Amino acid sequence: MTSLATASSEDESSAVYRHDIPAERPWSRVLRRGQTLRIVDSEGQQAVDALLYCADNPAERYSAQDTLRVQGSAYIDLGTRLVSNNGRVMARITADSCGRHDTSAGCCSCESNAVRFGESTKYQHACRENFIVELSKHGLTKRDIVANLNFFMNVPIDPSGNFAVVDGISAPGNYVDITADMDVLFVISNCPQVNNPCNGFNPTPIRVAIWDPPAL
Amino acid sequence: MMSAEMKREISEANRRRYEQLRAAGQEATPKGLPDATALGTKPIAPQAVISREQIPADWYATMRLRRGELLRIIDDLGTSSVSMIGWREEDTSERINCADTVKAQWSAAISKGRVILSDMGRVFVSLVEDTSGAHDLMVGGSTPASTLAAFGAASRNTHENFLAAAAKVGLGLRDIPPCVTFFAPVSVDANGAFLWNAGRKRPGDFVDLRAEMNVVVVLSNCAHPLNPFRAPVHGPVTLLRHRAPPAGSDDPCRTISPEIVRAFEFTDWLFA
Repeated sequence: MTSLATASSEDESSAVYRHDIPAERPWSRVLRRGQTLRIVDSEGQQAVDALLYCADNPAERYSAQDTLRVQGSAYIDLGTRLVSNNGRVMARITADSCGRHDTSAGCCSCESNAVRFGESTKYQHACRENFIVELSKHGLTKRDIVANLNFFMNVPIDPSGNFAVVDGISAPGNYVDITADMDVLFVISNCPQVNNPCNGFNPTPIRVAIWDPPAL
Repeated sequence: MMSAEMKREISEANRRRYEQLRAAGQEATPKGLPDATALGTKPIAPQAVISREQIPADWYATMRLRRGELLRIIDDLGTSSVSMIGWREEDTSERINCADTVKAQWSAAISKGRVILSDMGRVFVSLVEDTSGAHDLMVGGSTPASTLAAFGAASRNTHENFLAAAAKVGLGLRDIPPCVTFFAPVSVDANGAFLWNAGRKRPGDFVDLRAEMNVVVVLSNCAHPLNPFRAPVHGPVTLLRHRAPPAGSDDPCRTISPEIVRAFEFTDWLFA
């Protein structure tokens, strides 16, 4: 992995907000422009599904395809600019102690689990259930769930197109920092998937912390 | 509460199932895919054609397809790429989903014998004929910024085409999902960088999409943003909406893998 943390030493006691997100649960909060959100993979190998919306106009939202096109490559990494469906930079990755994140594999749903893993998995909790509930608090619906970010999820794509979720490389305590370029509604589903290796077959808690921009 | 030992046994069983599915999906299934359609074959009988349209360069068309109808998209000059989004006609909150399409088929490459899924675990369209096999589900279409960067001036682009088309069926920006782009030979190198494989585009390349539900699709004929040979003016594409006999039980798209067999079963329930 080429990208390691840069601004890694922020002391969490200086954060303006801290919260533990239990395994399998959603979370959301508005990040003000300049604020930095840290997501900590507390126990390791835990995928964190995330969506971003422009707080002033949620029809403008994170776009995986725009982000990858602007970047010219397939993985989310230190320095990646998270681009909206209107072509604006919403936020950027400003620190990363893991080195591998995905934005092509989407989120799990009861419906896609039933296709992928069999009908016996249809009645298992899934990220889309989390997103629907969390988005409803902000007047948003299933229509607003677009291709999301998957922090700490390892989805290599080979030149032939072969595509699979494989074991995560994030160790306990690995983190990623996202600094907002505009006011954004940041929505997380702490992924409940137990049918593939994205959570080590065992979903675990994560932690989030928010810092204000450094004083000038 | 489940004991730690029981949890571990379930985890281990789930891992074994995953590895079996992956081996099947990436080794056995691709061997069962049909060969690409040969260029210049599979003519459509005139009486099977429902409608015909040619999209000029940089424009778009919206098509309604009933379940079972087909749409042939022809890259007439071999210079175009066609970005597609679409919704289920009766409930437009159901729409194409590139991520689920890729995950369920264990591949970011689609070709003859593959399908495009909706977000509801159902089959949206099947690729029943395909001369190209070089399509993009990752990068998406052109935008105001990408055309400005490429041509030095604002020009028509896929993002605004999708917006206009969505508006004309009562939808908007919120309803535009990631798109599939046909005739866009994009691959990913070992470092994750996108590559454009220009040699895989030929005049007359076509795909036949079979609607597996009643759908509204939008097709945008704009140069793909990764195409280094893109010109401000490129070729038209021809659309032929047509009929074919119903798919048989041995239809390659319907039988290609256990995942897709299930997706068809869930789709058929809508119409049972």
